[in-house]
Amino acid sequence: MKLVLSVLLSAGMLLATGCSSHHGDQGAPGTDESKTLRIITWSDYIPQEIVDQFRQETGIQVEVSLSNNEEIISKLRATGGAGFDLAQPSQDRIISAQREFRIYRPIDLTKVKLDEFRADLLEIVKKNATYEGQLYALPYVWGTEGLLVNSKRASISDYLDLCRPDLKGKTSVRLRRPTLMAFALAIGKDPFALYGDPRAYSALMDEVGRTLIACKPNFRFFYDNKDQLINGVRSGEIVASMMWDSVSWKLNRENPDLKYINPKSGAIAWLDTMALPARGRNEAGAYKWINFTMRPDVAAKIARSIGNFTASKDADALMDPELKAQFAASFPDGMKNLKWYPAIPPGLEEIEGRVLDRIKAAN
Amino acid sequence: MAANSTAAARPDLEAHAVIKRFGHQVAVDAVSFSVARGSFFSILGPSGCGKTTLLRMIAGFIAPDGGDIRIGGRSMAGVAPNRRPVNMVFQHLALFPMMNVAENVAFGLARRAVPRAERTRKAEAMLERVGLAGAGLKRVDELSGGQRQRVAIARSLVLEPTLLLLDEPLGALDLKLREHMKIELKQLQSAFGTTFVYITHDQSEALVLSDHVGVMNRGHFEQLGTPQELYYAPATPFVAAFVGANNRMTGKASAVHGELVDVTTDAGWRIRARRIGTIGVGAAVEAFVRPEAATIGRTSAELAPLAGQVVHAGDVESLLFDGANSAVLVREAASRFEFRIALPQTGRYADLKVGERIAFSFDPERAACFAAPPAHA
Amino acid sequence: MLEATATAAWHRRLMLGLLLAPALLWLFALIVLPHLDLALLSFREPVAPRKYVPSLAQYRTFFAEPLYWHVFMRTAILSALATALTLLIAFPVAWTIAKLARGRMGALLFVVCLIPFWVSETVRTLGWMILLRESGVLPALLVRLGLTNGPVELLYHDATILVGLVYTSLLFMVVPLVGSLESLDNSLIEAAYDLGSGGFAILRKIVIPHAAPGITAGCIVVFMLTLGNYLTPTLLGGKNSLWFTEQIYTQFITRFNWEQGAAFGFLLLALSTAMVWFGLKLSGQRFSDVMRRT
Repeated sequence: MKLVLSVLLSAGMLLATGCSSHHGDQGAPGTDESKTLRIITWSDYIPQEIVDQFRQETGIQVEVSLSNNEEIISKLRATGGAGFDLAQPSQDRIISAQREFRIYRPIDLTKVKLDEFRADLLEIVKKNATYEGQLYALPYVWGTEGLLVNSKRASISDYLDLCRPDLKGKTSVRLRRPTLMAFALAIGKDPFALYGDPRAYSALMDEVGRTLIACKPNFRFFYDNKDQLINGVRSGEIVASMMWDSVSWKLNRENPDLKYINPKSGAIAWLDTMALPARGRNEAGAYKWINFTMRPDVAAKIARSIGNFTASKDADALMDPELKAQFAASFPDGMKNLKWYPAIPPGLEEIEGRVLDRIKAAN
Repeated sequence: MAANSTAAARPDLEAHAVIKRFGHQVAVDAVSFSVARGSFFSILGPSGCGKTTLLRMIAGFIAPDGGDIRIGGRSMAGVAPNRRPVNMVFQHLALFPMMNVAENVAFGLARRAVPRAERTRKAEAMLERVGLAGAGLKRVDELSGGQRQRVAIARSLVLEPTLLLLDEPLGALDLKLREHMKIELKQLQSAFGTTFVYITHDQSEALVLSDHVGVMNRGHFEQLGTPQELYYAPATPFVAAFVGANNRMTGKASAVHGELVDVTTDAGWRIRARRIGTIGVGAAVEAFVRPEAATIGRTSAELAPLAGQVVHAGDVESLLFDGANSAVLVREAASRFEFRIALPQTGRYADLKVGERIAFSFDPERAACFAAPPAHA
Repeated sequence: MLEATATAAWHRRLMLGLLLAPALLWLFALIVLPHLDLALLSFREPVAPRKYVPSLAQYRTFFAEPLYWHVFMRTAILSALATALTLLIAFPVAWTIAKLARGRMGALLFVVCLIPFWVSETVRTLGWMILLRESGVLPALLVRLGLTNGPVELLYHDATILVGLVYTSLLFMVVPLVGSLESLDNSLIEAAYDLGSGGFAILRKIVIPHAAPGITAGCIVVFMLTLGNYLTPTLLGGKNSLWFTEQIYTQFITRFNWEQGAAFGFLLLALSTAMVWFGLKLSGQRFSDVMRRT
């Protein structure tokens, strides 16, 4: 019965989330399992160029399904960890999902060239993605979520500026947990420090909820995907918004007035990983892929496609100089004043969910 | 009183040169007639003759292209059906299946904003008058065909219309019930005294029911008159052929003797008939002889008392036994023309045999001869 | 002899069973089973990782949290409103097709109603968004015509959701209405007219009572479609959409709270069942009569 429901749910999700998020679908029947590698990941994370190169070098065909953190967990939960050989969840979303649903298998560190990884990022996953003594993820790419602003039409410096009266109807955020974190920081609280105290965390979230509800008239819409926001920014409907760095820098290249800034309270830093689904069929291929993507030449290509920096240690010299310049402009202090997500303990998302629902319902 | 008497003198329905065209086809061609108060008027004609169009113009569902229709002395031009003092009994009755019998009858009263209590009382009284007392709560489909008929009439008459239009309401009934309903309709009409305008293609219905009949063909009236006039003195060959049974013979006028014409039929049979209208010698004619106008005898001697009538010889082709309406089909000996003769109701000739040689004759005064109408289909 | 008839009857029953087997299998595997599973899910509560106890907590949450109530009632009311609007708009269309249009004209009108379904709902709704957004076609047109001073945002209002829902539902109302109006004998209308009714009385006393099963059928279908619609309210309603299906989706997909999602699903099922029952009572129709019309 569970299987029936799971199959239905994943079918329903494919429909609901739209077929647009799928390039290659599940493997064609009859293909050799060791010859295909099925990856569920974010858009732009795996450029076609890399897929082709990987096939030439190893003979393995990569099939990519596009998704996001929640869907990665939901899909793997629905199948009990089957259907994909590699997943790319954010580092803070791994332990909770593993504890609840057992959808990943641990990384065999002997099969990974660890010295190719940036040590600082490896430290973060070791801290946040280790469960029952075993590591469940390796870093892939990192980036930040800060503020995008049309500097010609407004000047802002922190998240709360999105709620300024002069920007009414001209700003936007996602109705997702990073927004809650950002606004908690903006009102001078550290949400991550309260992760271990559900009661205090709940009170903080209520406060953040009230802040965002008061701010709601300022938001033209809550965007669900970056294209929606890009459209709004390009058409001039949106003047300032919370946004990812990569998307903002892309817009900045089109229109230098559009600037990505590190808010005073600090941009939220995320780190997306490579994790092995519990019932993946091509584990050997997955390790080959992991080592392949950390090669500096490959990593640089990936970084160019994503517009973010990867976890490859020696790719820096090969990185696009313009991207480096943009990073320097947005983060004059370098990687200081970034807020890295710790692993989410269980129960927090339920608290956040209720607050998000309340914001959504407020008029 | 004075107003009343002038009203009584005034016809309830007058049509003046009413015209209706559909495209190039003229459905109703300048028809004029009037219907006296309290009378039963029928429009009789084959299907497609324009009678339904005419009726729907009187009811107001179709606007005439020309002419005027006056009801109760008032012109109906521009008056919608729901504002005319006219009600209609539809071909398939059109009782409202979503309502019970009493609601059907009270429907029109409710539209006139008659208070509920009075509505109920009137509807009950009306149902009683048509012999359906106590049937008010029944559903329409629980009634027999005859009962439904009466409900349809009651539904209209309860509004006390100047005119009741009936669109072949008996058409859907079986023969026995139709005969019965004919009588019932006639009785209802005389009991209520409402003016009825009835359309039918069944000449027997028209003859039995009506005070006056208009025989309609190709959009115009061929003849207007009492049933007796239509039957005994048809004005046109169409009326002669359409109203009642008739033997029809086509031929040429071989001689004209004042009121009588000698006709030589196409088959070469020579007969004599009364002239209607002008007929020249050699003109193409149509002659009609009613079956009951002819007399049959086993020998010509039997027909001797009918002095002055030509005696014809014929062979019995078939016997059509139908009780009082029994007839025999005879082939005239020389021309082999098939001729129908009504048998006397005494049953005297009930034992005729097929193939038997008989004699027959008819009174030329009771045979009608018309100039043949211009050829058309 | 008797045996032969018995065998024949058995054969007939076997044939019937075989004919129905795929449908029944489909029904059982894809509708009954998952619903049983969902029902079980909705009546449990996680107490520790992978540990569940039977509980009414999911339903309690629904009743305790005014937000869920609010969205639930809002969805019900807006769906009812959308259904009523659809009926109001579809009725003249159906009347035209059934009673006024002759031959090809009627078919053409039907096709016009069908055209929206030639593109997928996603594309259709995105098309609406392009038309209605502040920098879109319609606001620009309004400015050009001098009706508004600056471009106005036409998206993200309840009215926009209603427009989208009505547009999507129109065909499902028109089809049963045309069916029931076509079966209305024209002479009944003429008779009512002849007996003194005006247009409104004819509509109220003759047409609507006759078409009641079709109207009810159309309303049930449209109401259920609207209540269960996800894409249109979510996209057109934007930050204020608040549609209950969205809550279900959120619970299942972004909150991983299948238990809560299942409970919401059953509450929605109960709502649509209740509304259909209420609609049938209100219109005095029997379910079997209505279903024959659809």
